[in-house]
Amino acid sequence: MIEIKDLHKSYKMGSNSLHVLKGINFTAESGELVAIMGSSGSGKSTLLNILGMLDEADSGDYTLDGVPIKNLNETKAAKYRNKFLGFIFQSFNLINYKSAMENVALPLYYQKIPRKERQERAMKYLEQVGLKEWAHHLPSELSGGQKQRVAIARAMAAEPKVLLADEPTGALDSTTSYEVMDLIQKINDEGNTILVVTHEDDIAHMCKRIIHLKDGVIEKDEKVTQVRASQYV
Amino acid sequence: MFNKDRWKEILEVLTSNWFRTLLTAFGVFWGILILIILLAAGKGFQNGVMADFGDIATNTMFMWSRNTTKEYMGLPKGRRYNFKLEDVQAIRDNVPNLRFVSPRNQLGGFQGANNVTRGINTGAFNVYGDYPEIINQDPMTITSGRFINHSDINEKRKVAVIGIGVKSSLYDKGEEAIGTYIKIQGVNFMVIGTYKKKSNDGDGEESQNEIFVPFTTFSQAFNRADNVGWMAITAQDGHSITSLKERIVSIVKQNRKIHPDDKRAVGYFDLYEQFNRVESLFAALKFIAYFVGILVLISGVIGVSNIMLIVVKERTKEIGIRRALGEDPKSIKLQIVMESLFLTIISGMAGISFGAFFIYGINALLDSSGPVDMFLSPSVSVGVVAAALAILVISGLLAGFIPAQSAIKVRPIDALRTE
Repeated sequence: MIEIKDLHKSYKMGSNSLHVLKGINFTAESGELVAIMGSSGSGKSTLLNILGMLDEADSGDYTLDGVPIKNLNETKAAKYRNKFLGFIFQSFNLINYKSAMENVALPLYYQKIPRKERQERAMKYLEQVGLKEWAHHLPSELSGGQKQRVAIARAMAAEPKVLLADEPTGALDSTTSYEVMDLIQKINDEGNTILVVTHEDDIAHMCKRIIHLKDGVIEKDEKVTQVRASQYV
Repeated sequence: MFNKDRWKEILEVLTSNWFRTLLTAFGVFWGILILIILLAAGKGFQNGVMADFGDIATNTMFMWSRNTTKEYMGLPKGRRYNFKLEDVQAIRDNVPNLRFVSPRNQLGGFQGANNVTRGINTGAFNVYGDYPEIINQDPMTITSGRFINHSDINEKRKVAVIGIGVKSSLYDKGEEAIGTYIKIQGVNFMVIGTYKKKSNDGDGEESQNEIFVPFTTFSQAFNRADNVGWMAITAQDGHSITSLKERIVSIVKQNRKIHPDDKRAVGYFDLYEQFNRVESLFAALKFIAYFVGILVLISGVIGVSNIMLIVVKERTKEIGIRRALGEDPKSIKLQIVMESLFLTIISGMAGISFGAFFIYGINALLDSSGPVDMFLSPSVSVGVVAAALAILVISGLLAGFIPAQSAIKVRPIDALRTE
């Protein structure tokens, strides 16, 4: 599903150049639930941004579902993001003047899906994350956990190939974190490929595979026995 | 482009900060209002001054004889001469594109002695010997009877058309004038009509105190032979009299044996040139109105652009989210431009409507308080409104363009990092 070869990325900070990713190689199969771990500055967010086509690598190859991701202009990148990827952010990133349902329907709007169908599908995903009754509430009327569940529903709505989660539990307390992880695990059980960036050990162990990043290189890549989050809920 | 979601979003964004939107809109509103009012005021001024010209055929020159100032062909300078009827014919024959050439002879004049009597009433009036065409060049309203016609000319009938001023000084109130006789310098004329002239300038009184008789009758009755005192010459529409007058004057000079370089022998007044001068004054006024109005409007539009830039800045993160979710940059750009366009057009329309109300109010006020000097029914044409709308659309697009460009210049990753 995801194939990365010798990925490099450096940022220019004034006259200095900061080499963040120093040759990353890894492959993720369809249906995997991968945690990317590392201390801050290890390059994990940069890697996720490149995977999410929000940022561009300096060199190296990136293939997503057999499509080489290279030299994209903004229009094309937007199209690929919409078609291939779902994003879950630490700070939820919901649009605050739109209701939960409208937020979930947004990626479908960009696919030019008719209004009626859009709403139906948004409702379906909201139901899946258990927020059907909250469909017409604004994000400001929801709790942190609820917001993240809306964000997950939104990421799922366009039925992407890969879900990318950047510290999805970073802004949540542990109980809510486990609820969100439970949801992510369930989505993974249905066969979706998910990448989770985290620095929390317990969250990482709820995935099936952990990639440890350190100073821009992969330090360790291990399969782990998945801890089900449902037992904590 | 015109789907419901797009509009919903535009309204959501613009109504999220009512006060700011209102203040921004006011800039454009004010600009277009000033433009409309300036143009209307200019038009009102123009209407007022044009009304003073009345219905006079403006493509007209008047010509009269004076003393020569140069010797020529054995004739001395300082010679008094008269135009002749043959000159009138020569002008008609040799100058193309003329509509009317009306010769006139005149008795009396400013502060002249009493020259008209009826019974025991006497008065001093201007008496003109005219051709029927003069009514097209110096329009008057026939209030009763008729004006002189060509039969009167041909048969040299002793008939007269008198002004309402003449009637009121020679007749009792309510007395019928038509069919009665008045005596002009001892010659009896039958009154066949009365007229009223639209008063223009200050001599409104004077212009009602005139008597028109057939040219031929006048010449015979008052011994003018074939002399012509004065001519009113009107060119056809599309040919300015100003361009023809050189030729007319030179024909007269040739016929009357006047030195071709004698500038002062033939007196004339080119109404068209004066009229054009007034017209160009109004063109200049209009230009100033547009200039000032558009400058004020531009400052309003810059306000819109400014606010859109702030809105874009505020929404940087939202735009980042949208792009992460896969919105086309073009669509984001379109969104911003449409917001700006919508705001500009709505506030502009409000300005135009308010301006129209204002003009309506002024007109109602003018109607109720009676006419004001040099100001009449201020108005703006549909063309001006259309032009104003076009200006609004263009400026709205321009106002939105820079913010839209800046909205998509930020990379989605940077936008998402903004807190």
